[in-house]
Amino acid sequence: MSTTTQAGAATAPAPVAPLLRLRGLTKSFGAVQALRGADLDVGAGEVVALVGDNGAGKSTLIKAITGVQPADGGTIEMDGVPVSIKAPSDSAALGISAVYQDLALCDNLDVVANLFLGQEAHRGKVMDEIAMEKESRRLLDRLAVRTLRSVRTEVGSLSGGQRQTVAIARSMLGDPKLVILDEPTAALGVSQTAQVLELVKTLRGEGIGVIIISHNLADVFQVADRIVVLRLGGNAGEWTAEPENRQAVVGAITGADIENGQEATP
Amino acid sequence: MSTAPASPAPAVGQGDSSEEHHRPTLGDAGRKLLAGEMGSLRVLIVLAIIWAIFAIANDRFLTAINLTNLALQIAAVGTISVGVVLVLLLGEIDLSVGAVSGLASAVVAVLNVKNGWNPYLAIVAGLLVGTAIGLFQGSMSTRLAIPSFVVTLAGLLMWQGAQLKVLGETGTVNVSDPAITNIAGTFLAPWVGWAVAILAIAAIVGTALLNLQRRRAAGLEAESMLGLTLRSGAATIAILAAVVVMNSDRGVPLALVILVGICAAVQFMLAKTRFGRHIYAVGGDAEAARRAGIRVTWLRTTVFMMASTLAAAGGIIAASRLLAVNQSSGGSDLLLLAIAGPVVAGVSLFGGRGTAWAALLGALVIGSISNGMDLLALQSSVKFMVTGAVLLAAVSLDALARQRRVSAGGT
Repeated sequence: MSTTTQAGAATAPAPVAPLLRLRGLTKSFGAVQALRGADLDVGAGEVVALVGDNGAGKSTLIKAITGVQPADGGTIEMDGVPVSIKAPSDSAALGISAVYQDLALCDNLDVVANLFLGQEAHRGKVMDEIAMEKESRRLLDRLAVRTLRSVRTEVGSLSGGQRQTVAIARSMLGDPKLVILDEPTAALGVSQTAQVLELVKTLRGEGIGVIIISHNLADVFQVADRIVVLRLGGNAGEWTAEPENRQAVVGAITGADIENGQEATP
Repeated sequence: MSTAPASPAPAVGQGDSSEEHHRPTLGDAGRKLLAGEMGSLRVLIVLAIIWAIFAIANDRFLTAINLTNLALQIAAVGTISVGVVLVLLLGEIDLSVGAVSGLASAVVAVLNVKNGWNPYLAIVAGLLVGTAIGLFQGSMSTRLAIPSFVVTLAGLLMWQGAQLKVLGETGTVNVSDPAITNIAGTFLAPWVGWAVAILAIAAIVGTALLNLQRRRAAGLEAESMLGLTLRSGAATIAILAAVVVMNSDRGVPLALVILVGICAAVQFMLAKTRFGRHIYAVGGDAEAARRAGIRVTWLRTTVFMMASTLAAAGGIIAASRLLAVNQSSGGSDLLLLAIAGPVVAGVSLFGGRGTAWAALLGALVIGSISNGMDLLALQSSVKFMVTGAVLLAAVSLDALARQRRVSAGGT
């Protein structure tokens, strides 16, 4: 299993502004400070893994980006332009979409109906099934999905990996610039995990920025370009996804002090 | 059911080569039938068995006069069942539909007979009573997050009381205004019956062919010609047979045309409009629907309003057929039969599965059992037990189908 290393993208910051730049994000829930000035950069066509122990602030950071729970302080830039994200509609308008762990699919509807749920194509009062089915085909083709027999299959009869694929495909409908995947491989078997990771690489190939949250370091090292570790609401370091950095990442997650771990931190 | 990830199944969206796509085969159809995914076909088989049994037991069952009576008998409960289907699709239940139908018919009768209202105005008032009740119960259930079971159970009692109040001391109001009695009392002239049948067949075949042609033009996988012929052919034969039989008696009852028309209109809404798609979505996973931007509260309330309005319409049809409204109108087993019918015909109690046609087919099954046992002069005790057993069998099939789906989707 050879890990693709994209050292150039990670170590030398590109001269142009990154797709997404977070600086000094803070968020408090009452007396609990969930984010204490977290930073994050994601470039176009870059897969950034966000790792950390439970309560490290990963979910809070994601909710700040998607506008589900806006941050209290700090700055967010998209393509170098400062933006304000106060609601999910703000992040959607900026081209940010997220796939949450529970996928939010309707098992009794087919793939097409799920992809377009809430935004069905229609002519007058009547849904345009043909337009939706063609667009679904085009989308799944573009994502190189080869595992679905028919886009008219009920989602409830699909495997976990296929369901994850449908959820990711749905997040791609509005042609987003940035896709956030929350634990996309949790509860998946080996081959299905491989399918989903392959899909993540396809997104990268499309020039989309990807933030992937995962507890599974094997997956993270396989697919990510850069690994950002959060700890206690702040940054605990940043590494390229080279196998020899694994110990350092584990150390940063757990808080154990490892001397030579910080070499890749900019 | 689910394909192994590594299987070289044809990929989705291989451009124009539609031959590569999975085509439904007869084997698939058999499996789907077993898995309960083709509820309509299953209920048709059940109906055929019931008819065969009663035809053997009593030679009057399959006569034109009895089948026309059957059509009249199911018109009211079938109309109520259409509303029940909508509510069941949400995964909710409405126990007040019987009481609402009784109250609405009482309102129509009293306004028309005692207060001298124009019959059409009275009918509109009766329907609006249903709509208002649906708004009230739907709002209570959604805004306060009370299970619809409880809200509509309370409604059942309240509307029964209101019905007694509206009817007043006499308790029975005889309806004689032809505008009302003609709803169930009108039989189409033979040529009108044929004209309606031909229009319906043209609509079925026409939309099927149009859809086929549009899908082919768009390069999408289309239903096989065999399947399309079978489905359209079966519907055509059923319609023609019904018209032949009923024309040899009094003609096609207007009430049946109304019921079929309501089923067709509601099915169109369910299958073709965004609102209908969202009903299925909320019934499948309300949280997923909410996150997809669907206004779940508004949608649920609207569906409860539709169901109560249809219940009121059913009550008015019943009043028209019985030429009277009394204190037991809408009571007795009407509620249970109106809910049993769709469930027998494959509408899932768990929400998200079923069609409007289940209201018609279910009413036919339940109505046939009732009608046939009446012909055999069986006692009410036997009728209730047999109807209950059929309902239980149908619900068991639904539960089994659901288990199968869950285990198929789990891997």
